[in-house]
Amino acid sequence: MNAKTSGSTRAAAMLDVAGLHKVYTGAGRTIEAIRDVTFTVGAGALVCIVGPSGAGKTTLLKCIAGLLPSSGGKVILDRAPVAGPPSSMAVVFQEYGRSLFPWMTVRQNIELPLKQKRLPAARREQLVGDALVAVDLAEAHGAYPWQLSGGMQQRVAIARAVAYEPQVLLMDEPFAAVDAQTRADLEDLIRRLWQRLRVTVLFVTHDIEEAVYLGERVLILSHAPTVIMEDVAIDLPDARSQLETRSLPRFSELRKHVYAQIQLAKQGWRPPGESA
Amino acid sequence: MEDTARTTGGGLRGRYLMRVQALIGLIGFAAVLELTPRLGLVSPRYLPPLSTIVVALANEVQQANFWAALAFTMRSWAIGLTISVLAGASLGILIGSSTVLQAVTRSTIEFLRPIPSVALIPIAILLFGTTLQSNLVLIIYASFWQVLVQVLSGVQDVDPVARETAQSYRLGHWALIRYVIWPTTLPYLMTGIRLAASVALILAITAELTIGTPGLGKELSLAQSGGAVAVMYAYLIVMGLIGVLVNVAARGLEHSIMPWHPSLRSEQSA
Amino acid sequence: MSGGKIRAVARNAGLALGLPVALLALWWIASAGSANFYFPPLQTIAQMFVEVWVSPRIFDDVLPSLGRLAAGYFGAVALGLIIGIPIGLSRTLRNVLEPVLEFLRAIPPPALVPILILLAGIGDTMKTLVIISGCIWPVLLNTVEGVRGRDEVLEDVVRSYRIRGLARLWHFIIPSASPQMFTGMRQALAIGIILMVISEMFAASNGLGFAIIQFERSFAVAEMWTGIIMLGLIGILLSQIFRLVERRMLAWYHGLRQSQRPGG
Repeated sequence: MNAKTSGSTRAAAMLDVAGLHKVYTGAGRTIEAIRDVTFTVGAGALVCIVGPSGAGKTTLLKCIAGLLPSSGGKVILDRAPVAGPPSSMAVVFQEYGRSLFPWMTVRQNIELPLKQKRLPAARREQLVGDALVAVDLAEAHGAYPWQLSGGMQQRVAIARAVAYEPQVLLMDEPFAAVDAQTRADLEDLIRRLWQRLRVTVLFVTHDIEEAVYLGERVLILSHAPTVIMEDVAIDLPDARSQLETRSLPRFSELRKHVYAQIQLAKQGWRPPGESA
Repeated sequence: MEDTARTTGGGLRGRYLMRVQALIGLIGFAAVLELTPRLGLVSPRYLPPLSTIVVALANEVQQANFWAALAFTMRSWAIGLTISVLAGASLGILIGSSTVLQAVTRSTIEFLRPIPSVALIPIAILLFGTTLQSNLVLIIYASFWQVLVQVLSGVQDVDPVARETAQSYRLGHWALIRYVIWPTTLPYLMTGIRLAASVALILAITAELTIGTPGLGKELSLAQSGGAVAVMYAYLIVMGLIGVLVNVAARGLEHSIMPWHPSLRSEQSA
Repeated sequence: MSGGKIRAVARNAGLALGLPVALLALWWIASAGSANFYFPPLQTIAQMFVEVWVSPRIFDDVLPSLGRLAAGYFGAVALGLIIGIPIGLSRTLRNVLEPVLEFLRAIPPPALVPILILLAGIGDTMKTLVIISGCIWPVLLNTVEGVRGRDEVLEDVVRSYRIRGLARLWHFIIPSASPQMFTGMRQALAIGIILMVISEMFAASNGLGFAIIQFERSFAVAEMWTGIIMLGLIGILLSQIFRLVERRMLAWYHGLRQSQRPGG
């Protein structure tokens, strides 16, 4: 049951992460969060990243998003190196309650990044409207975020990212703080949006089943200092549904495999040939 | 380069850097005070150079009337603060222990609170002249509200479940206060004391300035009528230093009584 | 309106007015036959109030006072915001300036009046400066705290969408700090009223504080009380106006806090 396959070929790479290295210094200690992360993501792919807690998943995502400076290595988005937050990338954070502006309505929240892009009013209105429809929140456009439930707030954050028309969508454990039923709905929403908009998605999660359910590939991270443990191809059918896909035997195999790898990672697995 | 709200880079080196920066700020400020009059940006008659002021301060400190004045000010402050805290805390807890009392007194408190303490100056002058009681009228009136408002906020913060539990166990009024209300209210009371301490000092000095009771404010007025500008500034510095000491002491008290509490609390927006 | 709702409104009105009315009645009765020089009957004071204040005095005294208060207050708010925002944004600036600011703010503003008289004379400028010197501190310090306490996640959002410069200031920093800014402005209002009166007690030719001190010096006790009551009324009125404005401008904040309360 060899589940190892490499990612897309370099030629079609939308996102190219090479030798990413991140070290924190502070209080007289240095902590190597990320040692060497290398992978590529082809245009229009949906790749999930899982790892044990302490694997620096959020650090990795922030480095890719340009929110944190890396200590070494490169991140290349569509052939341009990432130095700060690039303009064709959008991020959806885990803490939905804190990622929306409470003094703005839903509509204004979604529209703000578009204003920053200097889009004309008519175009902005169209994008906002379409995004709201896409996440099924059209009637909530005049509400304030704190008037909405957690799941709805996260949908607003997703709508904001979608309206932005990014090439790459980064999601940092976006459904971790949401209840199970809502999470299932949101997972399907992401798959739908991804297929419709053909956006490249990098989805970080601690939920193994979610990673296998959503992704075309799953990157498994080791514990800090982080490296990629394995790059698993998810050969499940493209049309996925919560009930059916999750009851497939192949789903179960993949899940077990990823789970086993994460257990290894927790126990301190290091790649062969790594120097201390 | 702006920083984020996160505090990055801590530890020994960070603290050392902070101290150096603070020192730079103080030295820079002193330099500004020294050079502005010397360079003629402001007339030295109205703003003497810092060195002149420091000399005047050194002279003042060697005289008996300075220490007498200081004692007068601190005495009004201490007595006024103590009375305000006791009155504010007791009244606050009493009102807070009963929802009926809270409802009945709310409007009165809202009406009385914005009335400025200075309104009492003429009455104080007529009634008590230039005595300690005049000072106390102003100090207590202003500081009392600080404590009361904070204690009432604390009382409102009491967990309703805890309150209901106490009531269902038929705890007496006194037990309710002691076990449920007091612990929640204590941090708010500490904040109230800190605010009241600095208000009390300001009002003590204000009373001395406007009414003429003996104290640091009175010495400042005397220096003013005598045209001793450097001495005036010297007293300003003394007042500022005492104010800083009072604030630091109050914060220290807050921290020592409740080291676990995130008591760097500032006043909530209504 | 249903009977239940009428009863509720009546009950609320009763609660709100009950104690104040009772206290006023007590004052009225207790002072009714008063021969005490310093505490004339409330009835006398009430009659004197109309005589003193329902008159050109409103224009001669009250309006100039309020005008100076407005100039000083809004000046202090503007300065406090303009200075406070950069300090809140920069940890270096905060570290450098914090001891100096701690010291300056501990100086009682009334103590600055003699100095300001030296520097600025005894006119309106001096009084406005006195008000500014006291009002600026709560605004400045609360602005610094408000800016400093902005949400880190929201900051990441703003950075990731490349919202920078003025847009960041206008859409993120300022709204985020506004509840704390309003707290500072509310404290500043109380301080402003006090300093408005004090500056007039020192040196003035008109104004509410000036009038009160004139009455006191000429032992016109009943008139003096009316002045005090007028001052209290103005304090109450301004604070109510402030609340109305704050409730409108911070409607989103009150809504947010309401939604965060457990069970509601």
